[in-house]
Amino acid sequence: MKSRLTSLFLGGLILAATSNLAVSQTSDLRIPTTVEAGAAFSIQTTGSGNATLYIVGLGQVLRREVQLGEPIPFAAGDLHNAGHYLVLVVRDSSTENGAFDVTEAPQPSTLSFLARPSRVPVDLRDGINGVVYVFDTFQNLILQPTQASFQLSGVAGAPQARTVLTRNGVAWTKMNSASKEGAAQFVARVGSASDTRVITQVPGDPCSLRMNARPSGQRLALETDPVRDCSGNPVPDGTVVTFTEIYNGDEATVDVPIKHGIARTEMPAYKGATISVATGVVMGNEIHWGGGQ
Amino acid sequence: MKSSRRKLSTVRPLLVACSLLIALSVQGSDQPAVHVAPTDSVGPRVLEKQTEEAVIRDYLQAWRSLSSALEENREDLLDPDFVGTAKEKLVDTVREQEKLGLQTRYRDSAHDLQLVFYSPEGLSVQLIDTVTYDVQLMDHEKVQTTQHVRARYVAVLTPTEVRWKVRVFQAEPE
Repeated sequence: MKSRLTSLFLGGLILAATSNLAVSQTSDLRIPTTVEAGAAFSIQTTGSGNATLYIVGLGQVLRREVQLGEPIPFAAGDLHNAGHYLVLVVRDSSTENGAFDVTEAPQPSTLSFLARPSRVPVDLRDGINGVVYVFDTFQNLILQPTQASFQLSGVAGAPQARTVLTRNGVAWTKMNSASKEGAAQFVARVGSASDTRVITQVPGDPCSLRMNARPSGQRLALETDPVRDCSGNPVPDGTVVTFTEIYNGDEATVDVPIKHGIARTEMPAYKGATISVATGVVMGNEIHWGGGQ
Repeated sequence: MKSSRRKLSTVRPLLVACSLLIALSVQGSDQPAVHVAPTDSVGPRVLEKQTEEAVIRDYLQAWRSLSSALEENREDLLDPDFVGTAKEKLVDTVREQEKLGLQTRYRDSAHDLQLVFYSPEGLSVQLIDTVTYDVQLMDHEKVQTTQHVRARYVAVLTPTEVRWKVRVFQAEPE
């Protein structure tokens, strides 16, 4: 029973497919195989009399009353969305059909440029990503391979440049962040179209930490040297530095934000106390007070 | 009378079985066959299985949305699954159809999918789909044609709060 029903169902499908095929084969429409988006073109029909022409796609739908036997002109811009289109000419009970593709215009017009991250630590290899999608003037993705160039120029050093061929309309690259902090211009360029993003390069983690101590009445004045990252950039103000004093087994801790590149605090001046300093994962020097440093 | 009752009692289970089979075959035909090519490399970022599954699920859902939107001429049905250029173009198509008194019924029957690009920051996925579908054109509710189509689509999806949405959706010549 099931096989009989399946046969009937398949038979119906084959019949439907064959009828479509037959219409397609007997079609007298002359349609270009491909049309560039936005370009003028025409469809040639045969016969005589009035008919209705449909052009149907996911990107656009057109309907026109036409005179058979004459070319049907389409002006520039009539069909501008790239895609696959069906053509149908209906006259009374007869139907002719065909299909064609609208392809993207080859000239890049707009770019969709994603650059990440917007803030990046200095001196980071492959730390900046750029992805660019290339579109024509009608917002069709240009799928033909096209040269895309990326350039990152900042406050220091020579600009970095890469040239990449787009694949399916997209190109990407990775860049190193510069060794100096500051804003960098990240530019993507394809043909005459370009787009720019600003990447803020910020100092990295502190690289080394050193403090000194001097008596200040009954207390010790503790002060770090200017705190810098491994490229010599001052670490941003607000970065927390921790001073720890150990005396007779007791521990006292003070967290201090960096101000103008330096962290300062005061702690009790116990003879024989050990004072250490740290920020993040970086340990600084130790001071043994009373017996010298 | 007795014999006709007997006939009816014999035929009834048969009818039920037929209805079930037809219902099953119709239900089965609503679900497109989906084949996904292995994704060995999709560019600069590794594509996790979970992400791949989510992208494909949302892309196939987008086909259902566009099918409903173009059949009912309701652009709001595109909102959950489309964004950006893809949405704008489909909205324009819905409006054109409505203006002309047209409706189109898209029924996708098979997708042959290949994920080709996953951007380094994870903000876009590109896939290529060789899709087979039937498209039926209706002019003022009169069916003008039903065509069987095989086309190659390029789609770019971007993540939103809860799902991937289609941002670029474009057929290209095979």
